[in-house]
Amino acid sequence: MNLIGEKISYKPDEQFHLNDVSFNFKKGNLYTILGRTLSGKTTLLKTIAGLLNPDQGSISFEEKDFIKIPVWERNVAMVYQQFINYPHLNVYENITFPLKQRKLSPEQIKKDVDEALKTVGLVGFENRKIQELSGGQQQRVALARSLAKKAKILLLDEPLVNLDYKLREQLREEFKRIFSEGLSQDTILIYSTTDPQEVMELNGEVIVLDEGKVLQKGPAKEIFENPSNLKVAEISNDPPMNVLKGSKNSKNLNFENISLEIPNHFKNLEDRDYNFGIRASEIKLDENGEEFEIELAEISGSETLLHLKRGNSKIIALIEEVMNFKIHEKVKINFNANKFYAFGEDEKLVSSPYGGTNG
Amino acid sequence: MSKLYTFLKYFFITFWTVFVVAPFLWAVSTSFKDFQSVNSKVTYIPWLDFEPTLEGWRVLIKSPAKGGVDIVEPYFNSIFVTCTASLISIVLGTLAAYALSRFTFKAGFVRNNDITFFFISQRIMPPIVLSIPFFIFLSTIGLLDSLLGLVVVYIVLLMPIAVWIMVDFFNRVPKELDETALIDGCNPYQAFYKVVLPNSIPGLIVAGMFCIIFGWIDFFFAFILTFTEVQLLPVKVVALNSSITPWWSLSASALVSVAPLIIVAFIVERYLSKGNLSGALK
Repeated sequence: MNLIGEKISYKPDEQFHLNDVSFNFKKGNLYTILGRTLSGKTTLLKTIAGLLNPDQGSISFEEKDFIKIPVWERNVAMVYQQFINYPHLNVYENITFPLKQRKLSPEQIKKDVDEALKTVGLVGFENRKIQELSGGQQQRVALARSLAKKAKILLLDEPLVNLDYKLREQLREEFKRIFSEGLSQDTILIYSTTDPQEVMELNGEVIVLDEGKVLQKGPAKEIFENPSNLKVAEISNDPPMNVLKGSKNSKNLNFENISLEIPNHFKNLEDRDYNFGIRASEIKLDENGEEFEIELAEISGSETLLHLKRGNSKIIALIEEVMNFKIHEKVKINFNANKFYAFGEDEKLVSSPYGGTNG
Repeated sequence: MSKLYTFLKYFFITFWTVFVVAPFLWAVSTSFKDFQSVNSKVTYIPWLDFEPTLEGWRVLIKSPAKGGVDIVEPYFNSIFVTCTASLISIVLGTLAAYALSRFTFKAGFVRNNDITFFFISQRIMPPIVLSIPFFIFLSTIGLLDSLLGLVVVYIVLLMPIAVWIMVDFFNRVPKELDETALIDGCNPYQAFYKVVLPNSIPGLIVAGMFCIIFGWIDFFFAFILTFTEVQLLPVKVVALNSSITPWWSLSASALVSVAPLIIVAFIVERYLSKGNLSGALK
């Protein structure tokens, strides 16, 4: 009874948009697809919706070959990153549109639409024109239309990306509530995003996609704690995880003429060259630390992002207060060695502070 | 500065209004004059300068046997040909434009843009080049000097305009709108007429207006492809001008010729500003 995709490939031009993607989505679960722009997220969702036909591979749902079923008979719902609504209809008519298309009774339609309006918090907006609504409200209408359909597969393609920061935070909170209350156990929810924070907050099963290929699958916590390779570590962190080329010997970790004590979880590592990974939030300003040069300092909200340089290495540190720095100023920082990741020269995870290894 | 700007603004608006409206007023007044008041001296104000007469207007509906020119039948011929050809052009042109905007065609080296250009290129050719082929074509299928023949020719002339305007319009309607309609349970035909078409009304109106204007004002093909059975308004109006120029009936016929276009423009104007797509994609 699952939605199963096997070895799906889609290559409309020289590049793969999807490359050998397989998945097994179970009903009643939330799946997030994490990937950068152009990683194939939208293509994957459109393939599931039936808007694109893959060149290879199969999709089945409830034991039926999904590819043979045309879009309009698949009973899926999709919310786009652009706010797509029918401009010639008002809010109420927009939400009834798919229900009328399925020829439900007027009583049923009214009940479903009222319920959906309540869920997204748009009661009282029924007769508004779409053009009169703000971006956030427009996206709520699109979401209400998808919810009212009670589709078995609900696809959300970066639904928050075009909203401003505040609305995004607010709607993200509401999404969590809607997903936990408003969805039946019959529904598969697939949510794509570029934002690692969204993935962690929604806390579903994650698929990390890059250049059309699945890099890693697993629960959000697992992806965060044990990224299987450097790419995943970059994609699943914002700012991306810092990478420092270095080596381990019997006494120290060495990189950029810096020596650190070997943390406990590295004790059993072979002595050789590694790509060390460290999150921006595990780097602190410290008078007794190592000297780096500031290339750029960005203040974002109540945090300061420091882009630092030493030798050939460029790293980003996240300071949890607002501070002013001059460019090319020298600062001293300290690394939390206990949170170091080690990736091999093939970029695969060798050791993580959370105990994960790549085989 | 802003005072000067306001002054210039109103100056040019006034200037342009006079520039556009004056010939109309002149035509209106001339249409009520007789031979004497046109040819003896310049006259402006009815009853004071000259004695108004309806003779110029009467000529237009009198039969030729009684010395009139009777433009009533050509008038309705023109309306029929223009409307029929415009309607068919809009229907076919819109469908063609939608296909060109949404589907990818490949035939040898030919792509969507080439097909669109092929349509438009029909209008790039000077009409004189088309006249002989059209003449031979219509005479072969026996439609020379007939309304149906004119409709066929006008469709060839008008459809490129419809395709051109509508392709551009559909390209600006987000593809995601059609996709959403498909996901919401419409088959492709329903998606077209339930979602895309209602949101294309401004485009359809612009295309329709251009078709009607270009169909209505065509003189060349109406002149070449008709003789005695069927006549269209522009040909008849020009034919009024014989050895003596009857300025009064020429003015009257010119006024009734532009009247439909002015009416269409007034009706259409309010729809043009109404529709917009901003709610589909912000």
